[in-house]
Amino acid sequence: MPEAQYEFFIDPSRCIGCQSCVQACSECDTHKGQAMIHLEFVNRHYSTQTAPVVCMHCDSPTCAEVCPADAIKKTPDGVVQTARKPRCIACNNCVLACPFGVPKMNSGAELMMKCDMCYDRTSIGKAPMCASVCPSGALYYGTREQIEAQRPRSMPINQFQFGQQTISTKVHMMVPRTAQPEHIDVLSAMHDHTSGHDIFLMMHDE
Amino acid sequence: MVKRHPVRKAILWGCITTISLAIMIAVGSRELAHFDAALVAYTFATLFATFGITYRYTMWLQRPPTAMYWKRGWQMFFKPQRLLTNMRNLFTRTSSDFAANRFIWKRGKLRWLAHWFIMWGCIVAVAITFPLVFGWLHFASVPGSLDSYRAYLFGFALFDFPVDSIFAFLMFHGLVWSSFAVIFGVMLAMWRRMRDHGAASVQQFVEDILPLILLFAISVTGVMLTASYTWMRGYAFDFIAILHAITVIFTLLYMPFGKFFHIFQRPAQLGATFYKDAGATSEQAHCRRCGEAYSSRMHVEDLISVQKQLGFRYEVAGEVEHYQWICPPCRRAMFVLAQTKQWQGNFGDQMFSSMHEQPAAPRFGNPVISEGPLGHEDQANLHF
Repeated sequence: MPEAQYEFFIDPSRCIGCQSCVQACSECDTHKGQAMIHLEFVNRHYSTQTAPVVCMHCDSPTCAEVCPADAIKKTPDGVVQTARKPRCIACNNCVLACPFGVPKMNSGAELMMKCDMCYDRTSIGKAPMCASVCPSGALYYGTREQIEAQRPRSMPINQFQFGQQTISTKVHMMVPRTAQPEHIDVLSAMHDHTSGHDIFLMMHDE
Repeated sequence: MVKRHPVRKAILWGCITTISLAIMIAVGSRELAHFDAALVAYTFATLFATFGITYRYTMWLQRPPTAMYWKRGWQMFFKPQRLLTNMRNLFTRTSSDFAANRFIWKRGKLRWLAHWFIMWGCIVAVAITFPLVFGWLHFASVPGSLDSYRAYLFGFALFDFPVDSIFAFLMFHGLVWSSFAVIFGVMLAMWRRMRDHGAASVQQFVEDILPLILLFAISVTGVMLTASYTWMRGYAFDFIAILHAITVIFTLLYMPFGKFFHIFQRPAQLGATFYKDAGATSEQAHCRRCGEAYSSRMHVEDLISVQKQLGFRYEVAGEVEHYQWICPPCRRAMFVLAQTKQWQGNFGDQMFSSMHEQPAAPRFGNPVISEGPLGHEDQANLHF
């Protein structure tokens, strides 16, 4: 029987902003005490919408290509690892170049740090910390069959468009099956504020 | 247009440094008069390592991002209006980051302790061994005085000292002390690598374990040589000497290829700090989505240039021009909002329509250091 192929699927629209992933991430052994996941309010003034962003582990990682110290390496199974400590010179190139805005800069330690998909866990078949605690399934680690069975109205996609550049990733994002997009055009949200519903409290006549 | 030949350039530089070192050995040892023929294998291994390290370093410098940083680092350092500050910073950063390994302390106390002992053990050992092997440094009896030694550097007499002095004991056992430091550091490093789950999951034998084994082997065999002639009447001295030579020569041959190459890459960290210093006081880049400053304009423009050289096509039609002009927080927000758009009309999600101003930059759900940003630089990158 072939070994199950586990994959990482993210569905930000399911995120409830509970911060479980942030706390769990900081417990990962490869970056003890520091959370690599980004969890942000997209526009807190108007909406509770939150954005959980993990490293998407690009097939051709821009962060690694622009690294002057050649410090970012990809494992044979496609996980783009955090900067190798002896090499990283903390230049900030990767932080600025990542199309998903993922790497963080630990200035005191002169070290870029980022999500490495909990390699200590995923390399032995365990789910990443964030996915193991996410109560809403915004971060999901499982097989293709499992996610398709649980979310029949969604489909995973791993092609993202940034201007003229297409980036394919190891991590998949869930989109509606009815939309059937070839890729997600990230710049299409350039002028979007946040999602939600306008609520008018009729407190004044005008 | 002149065609670039990176390999040819690297070979040329490799030959130049190797031949230069060979000439320096010949001249420094006074036409090999003070060269110890028994150490010839070490010399040739060093010459090979010199070629290999220069070759790799030249290839590395020709990568577009490295070439950009190399050039900019020097430009920013020698900028007349910043030169004095840079000189002061060079001294403080060399002391704190290189001599004291301050940044490794921040990465982990055990990691720091191990690295500090290994580094200083190796520096002392190299400072003693290489001049001796090259015949640049030698000792001879002082004419007319059998109780004194005279130290010579490049054939010039430096100073005399009594043979039985504490100074002589400490100096002639310099490699023993450095071996102790390296052995202690290697043991700590091995202990950490065996117990730390995070380290265990990402470490590789050739990259992380082999260097420790090599350093340990060199140090132990070196100490065994001293033990053999001091307490064991030279028992198995020849065998240990050959074993020691093999470990040292293997390490020299491994240097250009493995983890030890970071010794030569690491100083680039200084260039990065001068570049960032200059960027912090120059014009800032403002995000073309939220309008907030997120980096120096110079850095963003350099990065655009590097990305083009690497074949990336992040150009964007319209006012944005290039994706690099969008700040990292807005990239994350757009990434999520682009998915939200896909769901629009499917299950009732909708975008706010009542806002007409520029979209706001997202804010971390938990802005505590470690949970959101990791430090002051992250706070600037992420608009805190």
